[in-house]
Formats: sequence, structure tokens, C-alpha cells
Amino acid sequence: MTTYTMPTKEGKYGIFGGKFVPELLMPAVIELEQAYTEARNDPAFIQELDNHLRQYVGRETPLYFAENLTKKWGGPSIYLKREDLNHTGAHKINNTIGQALLAKRMGKQKIVAETGAGQHGVATATVCALLGLECVVFMGAADMKRQKLNVFRMELLGAEVRGVEQGSGTLKDAVNEALRYWVRHVTDTHYILGSVVGPHPFPQIVRDFQSVIGNETKQQILAASNKLPDAIVACVGGGSNAMGMFYPFIDDHAVRLIGVEAGGNGLQSDKHAAALSTGSAGILHGTLSYLLQNEDGQIQEATSISAGLDYPGVGPEHSYLHEQKRVTYTAATDEEALAAFQLLSKTEGIIPALESSHAVAEACKQAEKMQTDETLVICLSGRGDKDVEAVQQLLRGDNHGE
Amino acid sequence: MGSKYLKQTLEQKISNGEKLFIPYIVAGDGGLDQLEARIHLLTAAGASAIELGIPFSDPVADGPVIQAAGSRALQNGTTLKGVLKTLQAFQEEPTIPIVIMTYLNPIYHYGIEAFARDSADAGIDGVIIPDLPMEEEHILTDAFKQAGIANIRLAAPNSTPDRLQAICQRAEGFLYAVSVMGTTGVAEDHAVEVKQYLQQLKQVSPVPVLAGFGVANPTQAKTLSDCCDGVIVGSKIVELFHQGEEAAITSLIQQSLYSDKTPAHDLS
Repeated sequence: MTTYTMPTKEGKYGIFGGKFVPELLMPAVIELEQAYTEARNDPAFIQELDNHLRQYVGRETPLYFAENLTKKWGGPSIYLKREDLNHTGAHKINNTIGQALLAKRMGKQKIVAETGAGQHGVATATVCALLGLECVVFMGAADMKRQKLNVFRMELLGAEVRGVEQGSGTLKDAVNEALRYWVRHVTDTHYILGSVVGPHPFPQIVRDFQSVIGNETKQQILAASNKLPDAIVACVGGGSNAMGMFYPFIDDHAVRLIGVEAGGNGLQSDKHAAALSTGSAGILHGTLSYLLQNEDGQIQEATSISAGLDYPGVGPEHSYLHEQKRVTYTAATDEEALAAFQLLSKTEGIIPALESSHAVAEACKQAEKMQTDETLVICLSGRGDKDVEAVQQLLRGDNHGE
Repeated sequence: MGSKYLKQTLEQKISNGEKLFIPYIVAGDGGLDQLEARIHLLTAAGASAIELGIPFSDPVADGPVIQAAGSRALQNGTTLKGVLKTLQAFQEEPTIPIVIMTYLNPIYHYGIEAFARDSADAGIDGVIIPDLPMEEEHILTDAFKQAGIANIRLAAPNSTPDRLQAICQRAEGFLYAVSVMGTTGVAEDHAVEVKQYLQQLKQVSPVPVLAGFGVANPTQAKTLSDCCDGVIVGSKIVELFHQGEEAAITSLIQQSLYSDKTPAHDLS
């Protein structure tokens, strides 16, 4: 059996990945690649990261046996990997703490980041406050209106939030503007990219920092049930929680891996964010991967109830795993995610992020096809406090419509 | 036509002691039906070649002026296919080289071989792709060679010396020397280091070297042209076309052009 070795030293995952960036950014991308290669082989760096993950982030997170949900669905044993219990409420900080330490190691005192709903922005602003780094976060103007509290959180943490009016004023446009800012300030600034997207080495770095999720899960499930899980489900926008969860299991071929994209109003509509399910290969934000694009190669807007999945691209490694058929990619609609959001809240007393609710929705479908002696792990990537207000409005709207 | 024609046309001017001026326009800004007239206006004003920008939804290397022009062009339905068809249907063929500036995705989606062939058929001599560093250019090398069009490389002020050398070794048509650390648009005065960088490139490059990004007036054009073979001016030209200031475009080009035999500082 061959061992999984992606990416290649050129940063490729099959035909996907690479570094499609302006020459102005190449020195920074190469510097980052070298710094990361050194850091990951330096026991002192690994120790420092590990200390922060334990003492500051609050790891390890539990792998919780969801007994009520297991009984309700009547199928496999359901386990939830509780990334929602991390400091700042989601898996995002696993990556931001790693990259901020890397920035310090490179002697860069300034950080730029993009954010959609604000979760990655908050996680970045948090570690910048901790480590004394200057922080600028680009956020779409439309997202700033939708997520006022997260804007204030970032400001409270000492970050400067800059609104992006261009395009649709959402995550894709925030990435564009963060990249432009990075070009102008590349000598003293590190870009903390929030997902497994962008030019090499970002997809690899983010995956590696997030793979703490899968590594812990593996040990925990073996301790709990003495065998590997039969299936693992995680949501995919850019795909960082999924990649972090899946990566340690890629060579365990008996473990079925299922990534869930945002189906929005349905894959038949043009309002969704399912790049792998419906898109085609192309180049956006420095990487070759599946994309939502029109017949002229213009990138299309993504639509999802969950701002964190609202991105027209997806990480290149997901594109590779999709083509290799190692991971199965499906989609959950807004409606299904909303139902799962309520289900988990009522059944387990855990309010999941709308992003993670997509994984719960798919897990429900998987459970129907599985046996009672099997186990199913759901990556609960974040908590839903940030979504409560939006969900309240949506549910009220539904009720009025009845 | 093609890569050789581009290089030879520019070198001919240089050997006559002339400096080069390449204006950039966004195809479809103001409507594709304006394209032929705009190319003729720029040619008549003395442009050495024309850089034709293909609008893209996510132009990360561009500043606000070109972003806005690209959005306008996309809103009025401009496509890469439409631009190439329009070029082919010109009543009079352009008399100076035409190069396309496009992000990689539109040509990747078009199909690289089909794009190279159709571009050559449409009279395109070279292509500038800002998000294609040399590490990834193998994706189109064969198709471009086959079609005879130049892959015009970009160099940057922060490129390491060994990268600059590698870029120069591969150079075709001309070398696009990015002259600010930033995106396209208006810049403050260019730093001394930028002038040194242009002079260094000029020494090692086997093709003409043109400075681009942040060049907006004849003084800046002349200062940079003194260090290399000429300039590329984008945002200012795009803005003037959008404002309908066509006479100002002609005068910007004419005032920026000069011959080595009458150095810039004597003109001003």
C-alpha cells in the first residue's frame, strides 16, 4: 500500500495547487516555504506551538460520544469532535496560532488577514493580541454589516478592520484586497491565510496546523472504541477543518471520508457554493483547483446560509482527493443545514455553527445507511453563537410564511 | 506577426534612439465597438505597441482605476472570445504590435492551445500574465511556441538576483519591469533603488526593458525611460479614456516620448 505524500516539492497535488502569484509575491512565498520547512523540523518550534495549543487554545478538544443523537438516528455510534470548544469558538485558531508563531520566527511584526463571517479574523486578531503583532483584517462591506459584533470583537482585540466595497463585498473580495495589501507591504508583513487555499505553501501549512484535529481524533476513537471509525464527515468551504480532520486518515483506506459543501438553494439553482460538486478546474487566488466560474472563465459569486462556506473555490488538495475518489464530496442545502442546526441544539444541547451544521445534515443521511456496530465521526468545527441572531430571523421569516 | 515581430519592432525604434511608450487599455471599457478607434488613436499619438487588458472578475495585481474599468467592461458583456473576434473583424489592421494582458484563468478556461491559436489568428503578438511566475509557465510554453506568440515575463524590484537572471534568460518580446511594490495605479516618485534595478535589468536583458506600474505623467515616464527602454502607462490612460479626455491621451504620449539624441532633462 502506498503512503500518501502530497504535495510534491513544487506544491502540487496531482495537477492541482501550485503558486500562481505575481512575481512581487514570489520572494515572500519562497521565504515562507523555507521558514516553514525549518520550523516544522525544529523541536523548539513544535514545543512552543504545542504549549500554546494546550495552555491558550484549550486542546485537546473532546471526542464526545453523542448518545442522544445515536439513539435518535438508530444507526452507528455518533461521535462529535468538539472544535467548537476551542478558544474563540472554532478550529480557526489552530492555524492562526501556528502561522503567527511562524511570522515571529521570520521576523515579521505585522499581519494581514481576510475574513468572511469574521471567525478567522477574530482568531487572527486574538493571536496577534497574544503575541504583540500588528493586525489588519480585510472584510467585505456586506459581511461587515451582517457580522457587526465580530467587527467589534476584532477591534476590541486591537486589530484594524478594513471594509472592502469591491465586487460583492464578501470573502472572495476580501481575499483579493488582502493579497493587494500584502503586495504593498510584503517586506514586513505576513499574510495569515485562513483556509487550505492560496498559493503553495499555504494549503500545506494550514492543513498541517489543522491536522491536530485528525491526530487527536484518531487516538481518541481508538481509546473509546478500539477501532478506527467507519466514516468521518466534515464541512468544506475552503476546506481547512475537513483537511485537518481527513489528512491523518488518508492512508486508512477502510475509513470513509465525506466532505460536505454548501448547497445553498440547491445544486440545480445557481445559488450555492459547491465548487467540487458542480464547478470545474481553474486558477483563483494563487492556486489551481475546482471553482465556480462562468463560460468565460470569470469567477462566480458563491451563495450559502453560512458565511464561512461562502467561497467560490476550494482547497487544491480537496480537488485532488475528489479526483482520486479518496474523499466523497456531497452538499447540504441551506434548509438542511438549518434543520440540523436545530436538531443538534435540541438533542445534545450543543448549538453548532451553521458551517458545521452542514456536516451534521450529511451525517444524518449517512447514518441511515450504516449499522449499529459502526462508528461515525462528525467534525464539529465551530459553535453557533455567532449564528443565533441570523437563525432567529430566518426561523421567524419561515413562520410568517406559513 | 508574433513574438519576433514584437521584439524587432521595438528594437528598431531603440536603435533609432527612440524611447518606447506602451499604453494599456481595458478591452470593452466604453464598449468593444470603441476598440478599433482607440487603438488607432493611440497609434497615431505615437504608441510603440498596445497592451490590451482582458477584464477579469478578480484582478489581484490591479489598483482601483483598472479594477473599475474591468468591472465596467464585464458589465457590458465583454468576454475574451468577444475581444479576439473584434480584433479579427477590424477594418484596418493595427500597424503596431498588440499584446494582451490577462490573468491566467480566462485563458486556462478558454483552453490554452485554442487561446494561443486564436490569439495568433487575431494578430496578437504577445501575452502578459501577471499571475504566472516562471515556476508555473510550463503550462503554456508549448502552445505559445507553436503559435509563435511571446510570453512576456514580469520582473519585480524585490526579485532576487538569481531570479532576475533566470527571468531575463527566458525573456521574449520585451521585459515588463514592475517598478513599484504594489498594484497598478498612480505612485509617488519612484525610488532611487528602482532606477538602479531598471539599469541592472537593462544590462542583462536580451530584449527591451519597459517599466510599468505607477507611471502617470511625462516626468515620471522620462525619469524611468532614462534607466531603461521606455514605459507602460495603464491607469492614467484608462482614466482619461473613461473621462473622454482623448486629446490629453495624445499629449501624454507625445510629451513622454523622446529620443536619446535629445535627453529628457533638456526638454523640460
